[in-house]
Amino acid sequence: MSLRSPLARVRGLGSAKEGVAHWWSQRMTAVALVPLTFWFVAGVISHVGADHTEMAAWIGSPVTASLFVLLIAATFYHAYLGLQTVIEDYFKGEATKIVTLTLIKGACFLLALIGILSVLTLLFEG
Amino acid sequence: MRSLWVSSREEQFMATTNRPLSPHLQVYRPQLTSVMSFTHRATGIALAVGTLLLVYWLAAAAGGPESFQKAQALIGSWFGRLLLFGWTFALFYHLCNGIRHLFWDGGYGLELPDVYRSGWMVAAGSAALTVLAWLFGYFGGGL
Repeated sequence: MSLRSPLARVRGLGSAKEGVAHWWSQRMTAVALVPLTFWFVAGVISHVGADHTEMAAWIGSPVTASLFVLLIAATFYHAYLGLQTVIEDYFKGEATKIVTLTLIKGACFLLALIGILSVLTLLFEG
Repeated sequence: MRSLWVSSREEQFMATTNRPLSPHLQVYRPQLTSVMSFTHRATGIALAVGTLLLVYWLAAAAGGPESFQKAQALIGSWFGRLLLFGWTFALFYHLCNGIRHLFWDGGYGLELPDVYRSGWMVAAGSAALTVLAWLFGYFGGGL
């Protein structure tokens, strides 16, 4: 029996001092991705059959490029948090778990970077 | 030696505590709730793989008309379209079920009948959105 209130325990943030940070980041990126996903799908559908000039003009416009950068950042952050949970749930050995997590994190960073730089290329060269 | 000692201690502990086991997947009747939960994870993993295509497509567009043409041809092939159709459903399912999760996080719809109702709504909604997206893509001439 502890005399600490639930609030005090939550403010203690547990032994890792992270509290609900992972859970909260996953939800915040999810909320951001709801409108961004609808915008992305509608945008892609309305450019079906577009040639390179039209597509580059669309992606390379300031508003579209900004939304694409947000979409890419939120997507890869959200994807990493989700994959991390899956790996932590199913991987048994501590070494394989850490190596896999590191590789996945690196891949997410790299892919996000390539995506964002591609969008910026279209923005500044288009 | 040490690991042997630890495992024998663990066995001893397991034997004496007699904890309840979670139901075996092979003999447990699938329910809408469990199937949808599993599908949320599966579509999440599929979408993470699908980001490869998104990044490839963006990089191809940034690379110029030639590389973009190549990417469009690859995506436009029957196999490319098949993959894209699967990813469209995965995206809409994960999106709709994700919204369902956000409502649960807010404390809404947690009663069992509500959970089933929202589950069927997600299943129907993601199927309808997938079909709509492809109909617009094929016949809408854009939106």
